[in-house]
Amino acid sequence: MSEKKYSKQHEWISIEGDIATVGITKHAAEMLGDVVFVELPEKGKSVEKEGQAGVVESTKAASDVYTPITGEITETNQSIVDDPAAVNKDPEGAAWFFKIKIKNKSELENLMNKADYDKFAKKNSN
Amino acid sequence: METQRTALYDCHKSLGAKFVPFAGYEMPVQYSSGIVEEHKITRNKAGLFDVSHMGQLLIEGSEDLALELEKIIPTDLKKIQLNQSKYSFLMNEQGGIYDDLIITKVEKGFNIILNAACKNNDYKIINNSLGNKFKLTFYKNLSLIALQGPKSSEILEQTINGVSSLKFMNGNKFSYNGKDIYITRSGYTGEDGFEISISNELVEDLAKKLITQDVKPIGLGARDTLRLEAGLCLYGHDINETTNPIEANLKWAISKRRREEGGFVGYSKIKSDMNGSLTRLRVGVKPEGKIIAREGVKIFSEDNKEIGSITSGTFGPSVNGPIAMGYVKLNFSKLGTKVLLEVRGKKYDATISDLPFYKKKYVR
Repeated sequence: MSEKKYSKQHEWISIEGDIATVGITKHAAEMLGDVVFVELPEKGKSVEKEGQAGVVESTKAASDVYTPITGEITETNQSIVDDPAAVNKDPEGAAWFFKIKIKNKSELENLMNKADYDKFAKKNSN
Repeated sequence: METQRTALYDCHKSLGAKFVPFAGYEMPVQYSSGIVEEHKITRNKAGLFDVSHMGQLLIEGSEDLALELEKIIPTDLKKIQLNQSKYSFLMNEQGGIYDDLIITKVEKGFNIILNAACKNNDYKIINNSLGNKFKLTFYKNLSLIALQGPKSSEILEQTINGVSSLKFMNGNKFSYNGKDIYITRSGYTGEDGFEISISNELVEDLAKKLITQDVKPIGLGARDTLRLEAGLCLYGHDINETTNPIEANLKWAISKRRREEGGFVGYSKIKSDMNGSLTRLRVGVKPEGKIIAREGVKIFSEDNKEIGSITSGTFGPSVNGPIAMGYVKLNFSKLGTKVLLEVRGKKYDATISDLPFYKKKYVR
Protein backbone atom coordinates (compact mmCIF):
# COMPACT_ATOMS: atom_id res chain seq x y z
CA MET A 1 0.00 0.00 0.00
CA SER A 2 1.50 3.31 -1.07
CA GLU A 3 1.54 6.25 1.28
CA LYS A 4 0.42 9.71 0.11
CA LYS A 5 1.82 12.95 1.48
CA TYR A 6 1.31 16.62 0.66
CA SER A 7 3.49 19.73 0.36
CA LYS A 8 2.80 23.38 1.15
CA GLN A 9 3.26 24.11 -2.57
CA HIS A 10 0.18 21.92 -3.20
CA GLU A 11 1.86 18.84 -4.62
CA TRP A 12 0.99 15.31 -3.60
CA ILE A 13 3.59 12.57 -3.44
CA SER A 14 2.91 8.87 -3.36
CA ILE A 15 5.74 6.60 -2.24
CA GLU A 16 6.43 3.07 -3.41
CA GLY A 17 9.82 1.71 -2.36
CA ASP A 18 12.47 4.20 -3.42
CA ILE A 19 10.34 5.72 -6.20
CA ALA A 20 7.79 8.48 -5.58
CA THR A 21 5.06 9.74 -7.92
CA VAL A 22 4.32 13.49 -7.83
CA GLY A 23 1.35 15.53 -9.02
CA ILE A 24 -0.63 18.63 -8.08
CA THR A 25 -3.47 18.38 -5.58
CA LYS A 26 -7.17 18.56 -6.36
CA HIS A 27 -7.26 21.84 -4.43
CA ALA A 28 -4.43 23.25 -6.61
CA ALA A 29 -6.20 22.17 -9.81
CA GLU A 30 -9.40 23.86 -8.63
CA MET A 31 -7.55 27.05 -7.78
CA LEU A 32 -5.83 27.12 -11.19
CA GLY A 33 -9.02 26.61 -13.16
CA ASP A 34 -8.88 25.08 -16.63
CA VAL A 35 -5.38 23.75 -17.25
CA VAL A 36 -4.35 24.44 -20.86
CA PHE A 37 -0.59 23.79 -20.83
CA VAL A 38 1.79 21.51 -18.97
CA GLU A 39 5.60 21.42 -19.09
CA LEU A 40 7.42 18.56 -17.39
CA PRO A 41 11.03 18.17 -16.27
CA GLU A 42 13.41 16.11 -18.41
CA LYS A 43 13.85 12.46 -17.61
CA GLY A 44 17.18 11.89 -15.86
CA LYS A 45 17.30 15.42 -14.45
CA SER A 46 18.32 15.88 -10.83
CA VAL A 47 16.03 18.17 -8.87
CA GLU A 48 16.34 19.70 -5.42
CA LYS A 49 13.64 19.68 -2.75
CA GLU A 50 11.22 22.61 -3.39
CA GLY A 51 12.97 23.35 -6.69
CA GLN A 52 11.07 24.03 -9.90
CA ALA A 53 10.12 20.85 -11.74
CA GLY A 54 7.57 21.80 -14.34
CA VAL A 55 5.02 24.45 -15.28
CA VAL A 56 1.27 24.37 -15.36
CA GLU A 57 -0.78 27.07 -17.07
CA SER A 58 -4.43 27.99 -16.98
CA THR A 59 -6.05 30.47 -19.38
CA LYS A 60 -5.24 33.13 -16.75
CA ALA A 61 -1.65 32.51 -15.69
CA ALA A 62 1.42 30.28 -15.53
CA SER A 63 2.47 28.61 -12.26
CA ASP A 64 5.59 26.63 -11.40
CA VAL A 65 5.34 23.07 -10.20
CA TYR A 66 7.82 22.15 -7.47
CA THR A 67 9.23 18.85 -6.33
CA PRO A 68 8.54 18.08 -2.67
CA ILE A 69 11.78 16.04 -2.41
CA THR A 70 15.31 15.82 -3.85
CA GLY A 71 16.06 13.14 -6.42
CA GLU A 72 16.33 12.12 -10.04
CA ILE A 73 13.39 12.23 -12.45
CA THR A 74 12.81 8.68 -13.68
CA GLU A 75 9.60 9.07 -15.66
CA THR A 76 7.20 11.81 -16.84
CA ASN A 77 3.53 11.65 -17.83
CA GLN A 78 3.37 12.67 -21.51
CA SER A 79 -0.43 12.17 -21.55
CA ILE A 80 -1.01 15.41 -19.58
CA VAL A 81 1.23 17.35 -22.00
CA ASP A 82 -0.94 16.10 -24.88
CA ASP A 83 -4.19 16.64 -22.95
CA PRO A 84 -3.67 19.30 -20.23
CA ALA A 85 -7.40 19.24 -19.33
CA ALA A 86 -6.80 15.80 -17.78
CA VAL A 87 -5.19 17.64 -14.84
CA ASN A 88 -8.61 19.04 -13.90
CA LYS A 89 -10.35 15.69 -14.34
CA ASP A 90 -8.12 13.44 -12.23
CA PRO A 91 -5.34 15.49 -10.61
CA GLU A 92 -4.55 12.97 -7.87
CA GLY A 93 -4.77 9.91 -10.13
CA ALA A 94 -4.19 9.52 -13.87
CA ALA A 95 -2.84 13.08 -14.20
CA TRP A 96 0.37 12.55 -12.18
CA PHE A 97 3.31 14.71 -13.32
CA PHE A 98 6.54 12.78 -12.77
CA LYS A 99 8.22 9.94 -10.91
CA ILE A 100 11.32 10.62 -8.89
CA LYS A 101 13.99 8.39 -7.34
CA ILE A 102 14.09 9.31 -3.65
CA LYS A 103 17.54 10.48 -2.51
CA ASN A 104 16.88 11.26 1.12
CA LYS A 105 13.95 9.54 2.86
CA SER A 106 14.10 11.94 5.82
CA GLU A 107 12.72 14.71 3.56
CA LEU A 108 9.41 12.86 3.56
CA GLU A 109 8.95 13.40 7.29
CA ASN A 110 8.24 17.11 6.97
CA LEU A 111 5.41 16.63 4.49
CA MET A 112 1.77 16.71 5.58
CA ASN A 113 -0.73 13.88 5.78
CA LYS A 114 -4.14 14.26 4.12
CA ALA A 115 -5.98 15.63 7.14
CA ASP A 116 -3.31 18.29 7.80
CA TYR A 117 -3.12 19.24 4.14
CA ASP A 118 -6.90 19.61 3.86
CA LYS A 119 -6.83 22.00 6.83
CA PHE A 120 -3.88 23.88 5.30
CA ALA A 121 -5.61 24.15 1.90
CA LYS A 122 -8.86 25.34 3.44
CA LYS A 123 -7.07 28.03 5.42
CA ASN A 124 -5.14 29.00 2.31
CA SER A 125 -8.15 29.52 0.08
CA ASN A 126 -9.90 31.90 2.48
CA MET B 1 -9.35 53.51 -2.45
CA GLU B 2 -12.05 51.23 -1.17
CA THR B 3 -13.01 48.30 -3.37
CA GLN B 4 -16.33 48.83 -5.08
CA ARG B 5 -19.03 46.35 -5.97
CA THR B 6 -21.51 46.46 -8.83
CA ALA B 7 -25.26 46.22 -8.23
CA LEU B 8 -25.07 42.57 -9.33
CA TYR B 9 -22.50 41.52 -6.69
CA ASP B 10 -24.94 39.43 -4.62
CA CYS B 11 -26.37 37.93 -7.77
CA HIS B 12 -22.86 36.84 -8.89
CA LYS B 13 -22.20 35.40 -5.46
CA SER B 14 -25.37 33.33 -5.52
CA LEU B 15 -24.37 32.03 -8.96
CA GLY B 16 -21.06 30.70 -7.59
CA ALA B 17 -18.73 33.44 -8.84
CA LYS B 18 -15.06 33.54 -7.95
CA PHE B 19 -14.11 37.20 -7.50
CA VAL B 20 -10.94 39.09 -8.33
CA PRO B 21 -10.02 42.73 -7.80
CA PHE B 22 -10.19 44.57 -11.13
CA ALA B 23 -9.81 48.32 -11.62
CA GLY B 24 -10.96 48.98 -8.05
CA TYR B 25 -13.96 46.63 -8.28
CA GLU B 26 -14.59 43.14 -6.99
CA MET B 27 -15.53 41.41 -10.24
CA PRO B 28 -16.41 37.81 -11.10
CA VAL B 29 -13.49 36.16 -12.93
CA GLN B 30 -15.42 32.92 -13.45
CA TYR B 31 -18.35 30.91 -12.17
CA SER B 32 -18.39 27.24 -11.19
CA SER B 33 -18.26 25.78 -14.72
CA GLY B 34 -14.92 27.45 -15.51
CA ILE B 35 -13.47 29.77 -18.13
CA VAL B 36 -13.26 27.31 -21.05
CA GLU B 37 -16.89 26.23 -20.62
CA GLU B 38 -18.07 29.85 -20.28
CA HIS B 39 -16.14 30.76 -23.42
CA LYS B 40 -17.75 27.95 -25.40
CA ILE B 41 -21.26 28.75 -24.16
CA THR B 42 -20.81 32.33 -25.40
CA ARG B 43 -19.62 31.10 -28.81
CA ASN B 44 -22.39 28.48 -29.14
CA LYS B 45 -25.39 29.99 -27.34
CA ALA B 46 -25.24 33.15 -25.26
CA GLY B 47 -23.47 34.51 -22.19
CA LEU B 48 -24.29 37.37 -19.85
CA PHE B 49 -21.52 39.72 -18.69
CA ASP B 50 -21.65 42.33 -15.95
CA VAL B 51 -19.64 45.29 -17.22
CA SER B 52 -21.08 47.83 -14.80
CA HIS B 53 -17.56 48.77 -13.69
CA MET B 54 -17.18 50.60 -17.00
CA GLY B 55 -17.90 54.30 -17.10
CA GLN B 56 -21.13 55.60 -18.63
CA LEU B 57 -20.83 59.28 -19.43
CA LEU B 58 -23.47 61.52 -21.01
CA ILE B 59 -22.41 64.85 -22.45
CA GLU B 60 -25.28 67.12 -23.42
CA GLY B 61 -25.08 69.38 -26.46
CA SER B 62 -25.48 69.49 -30.23
CA GLU B 63 -23.31 70.63 -33.20
CA ASP B 64 -21.03 72.81 -31.08
CA LEU B 65 -20.43 69.84 -28.75
CA ALA B 66 -19.56 67.59 -31.70
CA LEU B 67 -16.96 70.16 -32.82
CA GLU B 68 -15.42 70.37 -29.34
CA LEU B 69 -15.31 66.60 -28.87
CA GLU B 70 -13.66 66.14 -32.26
CA LYS B 71 -10.60 67.89 -30.77
CA ILE B 72 -9.93 64.90 -28.52
CA ILE B 73 -11.82 62.04 -30.25
CA PRO B 74 -10.74 61.25 -33.85
CA THR B 75 -14.05 60.04 -35.24
CA ASP B 76 -16.49 61.90 -37.50
CA LEU B 77 -18.99 63.30 -35.01
CA LYS B 78 -20.60 65.57 -37.62
CA LYS B 79 -21.62 62.64 -39.77
CA ILE B 80 -22.60 60.22 -36.99
CA GLN B 81 -26.33 59.39 -37.10
CA LEU B 82 -28.69 59.44 -34.13
CA ASN B 83 -28.27 56.15 -32.19
CA GLN B 84 -25.17 55.19 -34.13
CA SER B 85 -22.11 53.99 -32.16
CA LYS B 86 -18.44 54.33 -33.08
CA TYR B 87 -15.32 52.76 -31.63
CA SER B 88 -12.80 55.52 -31.00
CA PHE B 89 -10.14 56.89 -28.64
CA LEU B 90 -9.37 59.65 -26.24
CA MET B 91 -6.12 60.97 -27.71
CA ASN B 92 -3.08 62.49 -26.03
CA GLU B 93 -0.66 65.10 -27.41
CA GLN B 94 1.86 62.45 -28.53
CA GLY B 95 -0.76 60.59 -30.58
CA GLY B 96 -1.02 57.97 -27.82
CA ILE B 97 -4.27 56.66 -26.38
CA TYR B 98 -5.62 57.77 -22.99
CA ASP B 99 -8.46 55.28 -23.42
CA ASP B 100 -10.44 53.44 -26.06
CA LEU B 101 -14.18 53.99 -25.99
CA ILE B 102 -17.55 53.58 -27.65
CA ILE B 103 -19.31 56.85 -28.45
CA THR B 104 -23.00 56.89 -29.34
CA LYS B 105 -25.04 59.83 -30.63
CA VAL B 106 -28.18 60.16 -28.52
CA GLU B 107 -31.01 62.71 -28.43
CA LYS B 108 -29.40 64.84 -25.71
CA GLY B 109 -25.83 64.64 -27.03
CA PHE B 110 -23.28 61.86 -26.79
CA ASN B 111 -23.02 58.77 -24.61
CA ILE B 112 -19.50 57.48 -24.02
CA ILE B 113 -18.57 54.09 -22.55
CA LEU B 114 -15.15 54.19 -20.87
CA ASN B 115 -12.79 51.59 -19.40
CA ALA B 116 -13.14 51.14 -15.64
CA ALA B 117 -9.46 51.72 -14.89
CA CYS B 118 -9.38 54.94 -16.94
CA LYS B 119 -12.81 56.44 -16.39
CA ASN B 120 -12.00 58.94 -13.64
CA ASN B 121 -8.98 60.26 -15.48
CA ASP B 122 -10.97 60.34 -18.74
CA TYR B 123 -13.64 62.44 -17.06
CA LYS B 124 -11.05 65.02 -16.02
CA ILE B 125 -9.50 65.12 -19.48
CA ILE B 126 -12.85 65.50 -21.22
CA ASN B 127 -14.10 68.06 -18.71
CA ASN B 128 -10.91 70.13 -19.01
CA SER B 129 -11.04 70.03 -22.77
CA LEU B 130 -14.70 71.08 -22.96
CA GLY B 131 -14.37 73.85 -20.40
CA ASN B 132 -17.64 74.47 -18.62
CA LYS B 133 -19.77 74.81 -21.71
CA PHE B 134 -21.51 71.42 -21.57
CA LYS B 135 -23.25 69.33 -18.96
CA LEU B 136 -21.47 66.06 -18.11
CA THR B 137 -23.28 63.28 -16.24
CA PHE B 138 -21.27 60.34 -14.94
CA TYR B 139 -23.95 57.75 -14.22
CA LYS B 140 -23.50 56.03 -10.86
CA ASN B 141 -27.09 54.79 -10.87
CA LEU B 142 -26.78 52.82 -14.10
CA SER B 143 -25.52 49.29 -14.60
CA LEU B 144 -24.23 47.87 -17.86
CA ILE B 145 -24.69 44.25 -18.86
CA ALA B 146 -23.74 42.55 -22.12
CA LEU B 147 -25.57 39.63 -23.68
CA GLN B 148 -23.26 38.02 -26.23
CA GLY B 149 -23.47 35.02 -28.52
CA PRO B 150 -25.34 33.68 -31.57
CA LYS B 151 -28.58 33.17 -29.63
CA SER B 152 -28.56 36.54 -27.88
CA SER B 153 -30.89 38.28 -30.33
CA GLU B 154 -33.52 35.57 -30.20
CA ILE B 155 -33.29 35.39 -26.40
CA LEU B 156 -33.36 39.15 -25.71
CA GLU B 157 -36.26 39.65 -28.14
CA GLN B 158 -38.41 37.42 -25.89
CA THR B 159 -38.01 39.91 -23.05
CA ILE B 160 -37.49 43.18 -24.90
CA ASN B 161 -39.59 43.59 -27.98
CA GLY B 162 -37.82 45.08 -31.00
CA VAL B 163 -34.15 44.61 -30.09
CA SER B 164 -33.59 42.03 -32.84
CA SER B 165 -34.10 44.73 -35.48
CA LEU B 166 -31.12 46.79 -34.23
CA LYS B 167 -28.16 46.85 -36.62
CA PHE B 168 -24.58 46.26 -35.45
CA MET B 169 -23.12 49.39 -33.76
CA ASN B 170 -26.56 50.97 -33.43
CA GLY B 171 -28.68 51.52 -30.37
CA ASN B 172 -32.07 52.69 -29.20
CA LYS B 173 -34.30 53.29 -26.21
CA PHE B 174 -36.43 50.34 -25.12
CA SER B 175 -38.76 49.71 -22.25
CA TYR B 176 -38.38 47.22 -19.40
CA ASN B 177 -40.89 47.02 -16.53
CA GLY B 178 -42.20 50.38 -17.68
CA LYS B 179 -38.77 52.04 -17.42
CA ASP B 180 -36.54 53.38 -20.20
CA ILE B 181 -33.40 51.40 -20.92
CA TYR B 182 -30.81 51.96 -23.65
CA ILE B 183 -29.52 49.05 -25.72
CA THR B 184 -26.80 48.97 -28.37
CA ARG B 185 -25.97 46.05 -30.64
CA SER B 186 -22.27 45.73 -29.83
CA GLY B 187 -19.83 43.86 -27.66
CA TYR B 188 -16.34 42.61 -26.99
CA THR B 189 -16.46 38.93 -27.87
CA GLY B 190 -16.50 38.70 -31.66
CA GLU B 191 -20.09 37.49 -31.46
CA ASP B 192 -23.40 39.13 -32.19
CA GLY B 193 -24.71 40.71 -29.02
CA PHE B 194 -26.09 43.63 -27.04
CA GLU B 195 -25.01 45.99 -24.32
CA ILE B 196 -27.82 47.04 -22.03
CA SER B 197 -27.71 50.18 -19.91
CA ILE B 198 -30.26 49.82 -17.13
CA SER B 199 -30.85 51.24 -13.65
CA ASN B 200 -29.15 49.59 -10.67
CA GLU B 201 -32.62 48.85 -9.24
CA LEU B 202 -33.75 46.88 -12.28
CA VAL B 203 -30.56 45.16 -13.38
CA GLU B 204 -30.79 42.08 -11.16
CA ASP B 205 -34.37 41.46 -12.23
CA LEU B 206 -33.38 41.51 -15.91
CA ALA B 207 -30.19 39.50 -15.38
CA LYS B 208 -32.08 36.74 -13.56
CA LYS B 209 -34.77 36.65 -16.22
CA LEU B 210 -32.17 36.27 -18.98
CA ILE B 211 -30.20 33.62 -17.10
CA THR B 212 -33.25 31.37 -16.83
CA GLN B 213 -33.65 31.60 -20.61
CA ASP B 214 -30.73 29.29 -21.47
CA VAL B 215 -28.09 31.96 -20.79
CA LYS B 216 -25.07 31.45 -18.53
CA PRO B 217 -23.26 34.17 -16.57
CA ILE B 218 -19.72 34.79 -17.86
CA GLY B 219 -16.75 36.20 -15.92
CA LEU B 220 -13.77 38.37 -16.83
CA GLY B 221 -11.66 35.28 -17.55
CA ALA B 222 -13.72 34.20 -20.55
CA ARG B 223 -14.23 37.84 -21.54
CA ASP B 224 -10.46 37.99 -22.07
CA THR B 225 -10.16 34.74 -24.08
CA LEU B 226 -13.15 35.76 -26.22
CA ARG B 227 -11.84 39.24 -27.03
CA LEU B 228 -8.36 37.95 -27.79
CA GLU B 229 -9.71 35.34 -30.22
CA ALA B 230 -11.67 38.20 -31.82
CA GLY B 231 -8.43 40.22 -32.14
CA LEU B 232 -9.79 43.06 -29.98
CA CYS B 233 -7.43 45.25 -27.95
CA LEU B 234 -7.37 45.38 -24.17
CA TYR B 235 -6.52 48.85 -22.90
CA GLY B 236 -3.44 48.95 -20.66
CA HIS B 237 -2.00 45.94 -22.46
CA ASP B 238 -2.33 46.08 -26.26
CA ILE B 239 -2.81 49.84 -26.36
CA ASN B 240 -1.84 52.56 -23.91
CA GLU B 241 -0.61 56.15 -23.70
CA THR B 242 2.55 55.26 -25.66
CA THR B 243 0.90 53.43 -28.58
CA ASN B 244 -0.85 55.36 -31.30
CA PRO B 245 -3.83 54.06 -33.30
CA ILE B 246 -1.79 53.68 -36.50
CA GLU B 247 0.84 51.38 -35.00
CA ALA B 248 -1.94 49.63 -33.07
CA ASN B 249 -3.39 48.69 -36.48
CA LEU B 250 -6.56 50.63 -35.64
CA LYS B 251 -6.38 53.15 -38.47
CA TRP B 252 -9.88 52.03 -39.53
CA ALA B 253 -11.24 53.54 -36.30
CA ILE B 254 -10.14 57.04 -37.32
CA SER B 255 -12.76 58.38 -39.74
CA LYS B 256 -11.55 59.16 -43.26
CA ARG B 257 -12.28 62.88 -42.95
CA ARG B 258 -10.41 63.05 -39.64
CA ARG B 259 -7.39 61.20 -41.12
CA GLU B 260 -7.25 63.78 -43.89
CA GLU B 261 -8.17 66.95 -41.98
CA GLY B 262 -6.81 66.20 -38.52
CA GLY B 263 -7.86 68.82 -35.99
CA PHE B 264 -7.43 66.54 -32.97
CA VAL B 265 -4.65 66.29 -30.40
CA GLY B 266 -1.77 64.07 -31.46
CA TYR B 267 -2.61 64.41 -35.16
CA SER B 268 0.93 65.32 -36.26
CA LYS B 269 2.18 61.94 -35.01
CA ILE B 270 -0.76 60.14 -36.66
CA LYS B 271 -0.12 61.96 -39.93
CA SER B 272 3.59 61.20 -40.00
CA ASP B 273 3.00 57.52 -39.14
CA MET B 274 0.46 57.31 -41.98
CA ASN B 275 3.04 58.84 -44.31
CA GLY B 276 5.98 56.50 -43.85
CA SER B 277 7.31 57.12 -40.33
CA LEU B 278 5.68 54.00 -38.93
CA THR B 279 8.27 51.74 -37.26
CA ARG B 280 6.20 49.02 -35.58
CA LEU B 281 2.79 47.40 -35.90
CA ARG B 282 0.40 45.41 -33.72
CA VAL B 283 -0.01 41.93 -35.17
CA GLY B 284 -1.51 38.55 -34.34
CA VAL B 285 1.04 35.97 -33.23
CA LYS B 286 0.26 32.26 -33.44
CA PRO B 287 2.67 30.07 -31.46
CA GLU B 288 3.31 26.62 -32.91
CA GLY B 289 2.53 23.74 -30.60
CA LYS B 290 1.00 24.41 -27.20
CA ILE B 291 3.32 27.01 -25.68
CA ILE B 292 1.50 30.08 -24.32
CA ALA B 293 3.25 33.43 -24.81
CA ARG B 294 1.94 36.03 -22.38
CA GLU B 295 2.39 39.78 -22.00
CA GLY B 296 6.07 40.75 -21.91
CA VAL B 297 7.37 37.77 -23.90
CA LYS B 298 10.07 38.97 -26.31
CA ILE B 299 9.73 38.34 -30.03
CA PHE B 300 12.84 37.52 -32.09
CA SER B 301 13.54 37.21 -35.81
CA GLU B 302 14.68 33.86 -37.20
CA ASP B 303 18.26 35.13 -36.97
CA ASN B 304 17.75 35.91 -33.26
CA LYS B 305 17.41 39.70 -33.30
CA GLU B 306 14.87 41.15 -30.91
CA ILE B 307 12.01 42.62 -32.98
CA GLY B 308 9.21 43.23 -30.50
CA SER B 309 7.14 41.86 -27.63
CA ILE B 310 3.83 40.22 -26.82
CA THR B 311 1.14 42.45 -25.28
CA SER B 312 -1.43 39.75 -24.53
CA GLY B 313 -1.57 36.01 -24.95
CA THR B 314 -3.57 33.06 -23.73
CA PHE B 315 -5.11 29.77 -24.76
CA GLY B 316 -8.02 30.24 -27.18
CA PRO B 317 -10.69 27.65 -26.40
CA SER B 318 -12.44 27.97 -29.81
CA VAL B 319 -9.15 28.07 -31.71
CA ASN B 320 -8.10 25.15 -29.46
CA GLY B 321 -4.56 26.44 -29.16
CA PRO B 322 -2.42 29.30 -27.96
CA ILE B 323 -2.98 32.80 -29.40
CA ALA B 324 -1.28 36.13 -28.82
CA MET B 325 -0.81 39.62 -30.10
CA GLY B 326 2.02 42.06 -29.85
CA TYR B 327 4.11 44.68 -31.58
CA VAL B 328 6.87 43.88 -34.09
CA LYS B 329 9.15 46.05 -36.21
CA LEU B 330 7.35 46.97 -39.40
CA ASN B 331 9.46 44.80 -41.71
CA PHE B 332 8.49 41.70 -39.71
CA SER B 333 4.75 42.42 -39.68
CA LYS B 334 3.84 40.64 -42.93
CA LEU B 335 1.40 37.75 -42.50
CA GLY B 336 3.18 34.41 -42.44
CA THR B 337 6.51 35.80 -41.19
CA LYS B 338 8.27 33.22 -39.02
CA VAL B 339 9.37 34.52 -35.62
CA LEU B 340 10.64 33.14 -32.30
CA LEU B 341 9.12 33.69 -28.85
CA GLU B 342 11.25 33.53 -25.72
CA VAL B 343 9.30 31.81 -22.96
CA ARG B 344 11.07 30.92 -19.69
CA GLY B 345 14.49 31.20 -21.35
CA LYS B 346 13.73 28.96 -24.35
CA LYS B 347 12.81 30.02 -27.88
CA TYR B 348 9.72 28.67 -29.60
CA ASP B 349 8.51 28.95 -33.22
CA ALA B 350 5.58 31.20 -34.04
CA THR B 351 4.02 32.88 -37.08
CA ILE B 352 2.70 36.41 -37.66
CA SER B 353 -0.97 35.73 -38.09
CA ASP B 354 -4.13 37.39 -39.35
CA LEU B 355 -6.57 38.86 -36.82
CA PRO B 356 -9.12 37.85 -35.70
CA PHE B 357 -8.11 34.32 -34.77
CA TYR B 358 -11.81 33.52 -34.64
CA LYS B 359 -14.11 34.81 -37.38
CA LYS B 360 -16.79 37.30 -36.33
CA LYS B 361 -20.48 36.82 -36.86
CA TYR B 362 -21.81 40.37 -36.50
CA VAL B 363 -25.25 41.25 -37.84
CA ARG B 364 -24.90 44.14 -40.27
